[in-house]
Amino acid sequence: MHIPDGFINGATSAGFGVAAAGGLGAAIKQTGRYLSERQVPLAGLVAAFVFAAQMVNFPVSIGVSGHLLGGVLAAVLIGPWAAFVVLSVVLIVQGMVFADGGLSALGLNIFNMGFIGAVGGYAIYRMLLRVMPKDGRGVTLAAGIAAGIAVPLSAMGFLLQYIIGGTTTVATGTVFTALLGTHLLIGIGEGVITALVVGAVVRSRPDLVYGAPDYAGQRTEVLT
Amino acid sequence: MAGGGHVHALYRHGDSPVHRLRPQVKIAAAFLFVFAVVATPREAVWAFLIYAAILLTLATWARLGARFVGTRMLIETPFIIAALLIPFFAAGETVTVLGVDLSRSGLWDMWNILAKATLGLLTSIVLAGTTDIPSMLRGFEALRVPRVLTAIMGFMIRYLDVVLGEFRRMRVAMQSRGHNPRWLGHAKPYATSAGLIFVRSYERGERVYLAMASRGYTGQMPTRPGDTATIQQWAVAMLAPVTAWVVAAAAWWSM
Repeated sequence: MHIPDGFINGATSAGFGVAAAGGLGAAIKQTGRYLSERQVPLAGLVAAFVFAAQMVNFPVSIGVSGHLLGGVLAAVLIGPWAAFVVLSVVLIVQGMVFADGGLSALGLNIFNMGFIGAVGGYAIYRMLLRVMPKDGRGVTLAAGIAAGIAVPLSAMGFLLQYIIGGTTTVATGTVFTALLGTHLLIGIGEGVITALVVGAVVRSRPDLVYGAPDYAGQRTEVLT
Repeated sequence: MAGGGHVHALYRHGDSPVHRLRPQVKIAAAFLFVFAVVATPREAVWAFLIYAAILLTLATWARLGARFVGTRMLIETPFIIAALLIPFFAAGETVTVLGVDLSRSGLWDMWNILAKATLGLLTSIVLAGTTDIPSMLRGFEALRVPRVLTAIMGFMIRYLDVVLGEFRRMRVAMQSRGHNPRWLGHAKPYATSAGLIFVRSYERGERVYLAMASRGYTGQMPTRPGDTATIQQWAVAMLAPVTAWVVAAAAWWSM
């Protein structure tokens, strides 16, 4: 769910907007060579994949369905900074073309889902990778657990924004409990599906998985 | 770029003055307007009525139609439900409404979120309803958004339906073979398909790139020289956000 206008006050929203724009600029620089303008079609297709995956619902339990958020998935597949750029593009288009997520809340959403979800989630993934068995299964498991942690962590990003500039008098503790409860559940779904998707790609095209170490399969540079 | 004449779900073809405004002007105006709404003190109910009047005037002027706007407002439903719960959880003194004790400040919280989220959504609908995607991208470029970003957006939107179509076909194929997912434990076939669709999307991206490279693509999209907006265009479009900021300032002053 994207934050709409009015949940967080104007100054905080604007601050996060400026931070998100700066971060996006830095991420574009970071991706430098391999997300050069030449490979824009590739990044565009990955963005279309993330967007489409977010539109396909999957039953989680009786009466509850969810969909992939794709932060850690994108980061493991194409790298954390490219994933940040791709998720920001998805969020900008959702906000401005599909009216999903408030215009003033764009920076808040990019911070939570793009920065914490993809870049933060990828950092967790790299840490987990060290303690996992050194094979394809280790990569799959690390990606799944990182995705499961990244979702409640993104929700904590909202909590931070709420503490700084929340517009309601609901106690922070109440917001924390409500957010954590729902997002732990969402995180389980996200983790399971991320692990399965990464596993499927690692088995068939390990060379396409940016975050997979060499032992997961031979990497080849397809584009020169 | 971005598929000539590509029309998206939220765009309403038309030739109103709102449609004809340069996109960069509209995008800037929409952001300024929404921030004015968000910055308004919630007790100034009259200010929100003025904002709503401005947006509804624009929507009518652009001939968006009540049904078009109404169905697109439905995206807000989960937040309306969340907002309606706030008075039960907020702290402070309570008022009794129909025999239920509700927090007085919680009711204001609810009003604040409902009003601002609805007005923000309405702004997005007017913007997206009167600006097609190629124009939106040209508007971003005129506002100095990095070209890499607008180019990725263009490709994403152009191939979104292709990738979505693959997801749908995959689901139909699985269902016709008896796949009937009921809970998360049944996610494996879906996830394997999603992995396959990722590989296909990636490979399609490579093919698109190679096809473009063989036609002389060197990293720069040929674009039509963007229409620059005149001072008059800016002046006309800024009427709405400037009014909104004056109203917001007046609302603060009257508090």
